[in-house]
Formats: sequence, C-alpha cells, structure tokens
Amino acid sequence: MPVVVSSLLIGMVFGAGLAISQMMNPAKVLGFLDFAGNWDPTLGFVMAGALVAAIPGFLLAKKGKASLLGGPFRLPTRRDIDSPLVAGAAIFGVGWGLVGFCPGPALAALGSGLWEVFVFVAAMIAGMLLFRILPVK
Amino acid sequence: MAGISGILGGVFGGAREERPWRAAFLVGIVLGPFAVALFGGTIPAIELSAAWPVLVLAGFLVGLGSRMGSGCTSGHGVCGLARGAPRSVVATLVFFSIAALTVFAMRHLVGG
Repeated sequence: MPVVVSSLLIGMVFGAGLAISQMMNPAKVLGFLDFAGNWDPTLGFVMAGALVAAIPGFLLAKKGKASLLGGPFRLPTRRDIDSPLVAGAAIFGVGWGLVGFCPGPALAALGSGLWEVFVFVAAMIAGMLLFRILPVK
Repeated sequence: MAGISGILGGVFGGAREERPWRAAFLVGIVLGPFAVALFGGTIPAIELSAAWPVLVLAGFLVGLGSRMGSGCTSGHGVCGLARGAPRSVVATLVFFSIAALTVFAMRHLVGG
C-alpha cells in the first residue's frame, strides 16, 4: 500500500511538472522541435533541469541497496545498441514530431477533457499492444 | 524502471503484482495538473492542430516506437541520460533528430 500511495504522489509531481513547464502543451513541444522556424528553446531548460534533478537520485540508487520503502532498485543493465532500439526510437520520433505529444504529456493532458487527447492516447495504447504481439523483441 | 511508456505498457501486460503501483502512478500524472491549479498555478492550454487521422497515426507510432525502442522522452531522455546509459544516449539522439526532421517536413515542406 505505501508503494501505491507514493506512486500516486510521485505521478502527481511528474504531472505537475509537465503542467508548470508547459510540456503538456503540444504546441509548445513542436515549437521546441522547430529549429528552422521560430525556435522556442525553453523546454531545453526543462530537460536540463530534469537531468540535474535525476542524476543525484540515480547516483544514490547505484550506491544504495534498497529504496526508502525497502524495495530493491532495479536498474536496466543492457548496453548493446540493437536495431529495435534505433528503429523504435525513430518510429517514436516521427509520432512525437507529428503531434507534439509523448506518453507522459499525453496522459497529463487527459484532464483537459479534449477528445483529441483521448484519440491520441487510445491510439498510443493500441500501438503498445501491437508491439506485444510483434515478433520484434 | 521509470519511464512513462514502460509504466503504461506494463499496466497492460507486465507482472500482475506490479500493476497497482503502475496504475497509481498513471492516475497521478492525470491528477498532477489539477494539483497545480489547486495551489494557484495555471494549467497550460492544450493546443492541438492535427486532424484526427494524424492524431491516430502519431499516437500509434508513439506507442509502438516507445515500446520497441524500450523507452520514451522520460525513460531514455531523462532517466537513461541521467544514468549515462549508452542505449539511452543513442535513442535520445535518434528520436530528437527524427522528431525535429518531422516537424521540419510538416511545417516547412508540406505545410509551409
């Protein structure tokens, strides 16, 4: 139960961050990705800020044996660069660039009640489910 | 491991005992902006200009690609880079360049 409550709260902090930084607004994200147009670099600070906040956390996780709630840290160990990694990142990049939503912001934007967001999230979940039955693993 | 695509994907097929915390985290993301409003902040407008077929295609590609590539902006771009993971450095470079190229194509070649 503590894990569920802390997950809810940490999710809320994440969602709040997406709201405060305006990253949940697709137009803002597209402006950040539009280097040839009227480039809006501000989300770069969000990304950099997230890294500054996350690096000490992961350093602690690497040193420590257990999280504050007692569960073990499970960090990815793979280091190989394989084709699903590159192809998947490329496919993801096309989708991200088409609309300006990646998974976190799309979920955060559900609260707006806009049907467009629900369509995007439904299609995103469909894409995830399709990957489960694809032989590419 | 953190990363929104992994947490969302895991709700639909990951280990059963992991589903409660994953679902709670996702609910938290949806509630987060409301918490900002509660404390006097403003929830940004959601400005979407894509037509619905583009929304469907883009959502599908984001879902498929993030699972195939083992991560999205948060998983590779924040958590992976923060750990100095080589796979995440490659993935982040790839999805950022491709997304920027896509925006370039849509805004300055097609829509321009």
